Amino acid sequence: MAEVKLFRSWSSSFALRIVWALKLKGVPYDTIFEDLSSKSSLLLQYNPIHKKVPVLVHNGKSIVESLVILEYIEETWKQNPLLPEDPHDRATARFWAQFGDDKVFPPVLDVLRNEGKEQEEGIVKAKESLKYLEEELKGKKFFGGEKIGFADIALGWLAHHENVFEEVTGITLIAEDEFPLLSEWRKTFPDAPVIKENWPPRDKLVTKFQAIREQALVQKLKMAEK
Amino acid sequence: MSGETVKLLGHWASPFALRVIWALKLKEIEYEYVGEDLPNKSPLLLEYNPVHKKIPVLVHGGKPIAESLVILEYLDEAWKHNPILPDDPYERAQARFWARFVDEKCMPSIMSAFTKKGEEKEKAAKEARENFKILESGLGKKQFFGGESVGFVDIAAGWIGLWTRMVEEIADVNIIDTAMMPLLESWFQRVLQVPILKECLPPQDKVLERFKGFHKFLTGGSS
Repeated sequence: MAEVKLFRSWSSSFALRIVWALKLKGVPYDTIFEDLSSKSSLLLQYNPIHKKVPVLVHNGKSIVESLVILEYIEETWKQNPLLPEDPHDRATARFWAQFGDDKVFPPVLDVLRNEGKEQEEGIVKAKESLKYLEEELKGKKFFGGEKIGFADIALGWLAHHENVFEEVTGITLIAEDEFPLLSEWRKTFPDAPVIKENWPPRDKLVTKFQAIREQALVQKLKMAEK
Repeated sequence: MSGETVKLLGHWASPFALRVIWALKLKEIEYEYVGEDLPNKSPLLLEYNPVHKKIPVLVHGGKPIAESLVILEYLDEAWKHNPILPDDPYERAQARFWARFVDEKCMPSIMSAFTKKGEEKEKAAKEARENFKILESGLGKKQFFGGESVGFVDIAAGWIGLWTRMVEEIADVNIIDTAMMPLLESWFQRVLQVPILKECLPPQDKVLERFKGFHKFLTGGSS
């Protein structure tokens, strides 16, 4: 049997995408947990360019960048497809996956790591992007339609990690009255089989992101004092 | 499906639109080109790409696809003739990795070198050189990123040598270092000798003028 290894960290939402994909397809694999503050020589060997998780190693060859890994998994293990068949629908799924990374994640992170004016700007940008996701969910249970697909997996962090951010910052980005469909998806997605068994522990995430927020604010103060 | 009309909303100077034109030509797909007069975005563009409001947008049978790399994947899936991605999943992953690397690492550092001044400019140029050095490792001793013939990464990035030379000239900065990246530099030239790619290039003097205009606007004129 071919050997599949996944390098991940306990908290990384990007690595979680790969966990979901492999488990949804029933692909057996070994996990190597990385302490990102002290990266293993093996990780650096398998991902010398970006030095990040996730890294998938299959038959000794490494694939990096989570969305690239998802495509690789989809093409290598054809059961339970994550992408639809129709090319236009596939393009749509890819579009929204990329949109999440390019236009949703950065402002959400800005909200976590800032306060005052910069945080306000982050909130505005995040909500602008979230409006498009809300629109995309019209008439659908998941971004993938009736079942979880590529875009759901890419955006899945919104259903858990982003929730943690909201607790840490005290700022609700995805309110039920403003984003009813996204709010509903945030309840349905985490409860789905495979997804629900693999969330990183919430209390640990709260502690982690509280620390990240504090550190970021301290850094900003230091920069302002220079 | 492939019998339906194909329209490309683009801009004559856009390297992202150029990617799609190259792919359409290589795959011998007939299409209608609609040139956008940016920054005056047409109602058609706003209708077909309401999220980003950018070109290129491919419209096939009335259905739009946006984001150049997503469009390239779409073209390969909807038209099987002359594939631009290889067959093997690992090779495909490599191609996707390098195309992303160009967009996420090479481009921003080159743009930084173009728009910044003094020490920040030099720092950006150094990063851009290092990124090109890394990109070279993806090419190795091959003729093209696609191997013997042009592929996904060549289409995604084939224009970048030419564009970088313009950045170097206008911003007075050095990014392409022959000693540091000999294989990549020869690829910069080789890829644009491919007839289909060469004949689609926009007039370089016009692109240069346009860049000069941007540079003046973005930097206030001095470097």
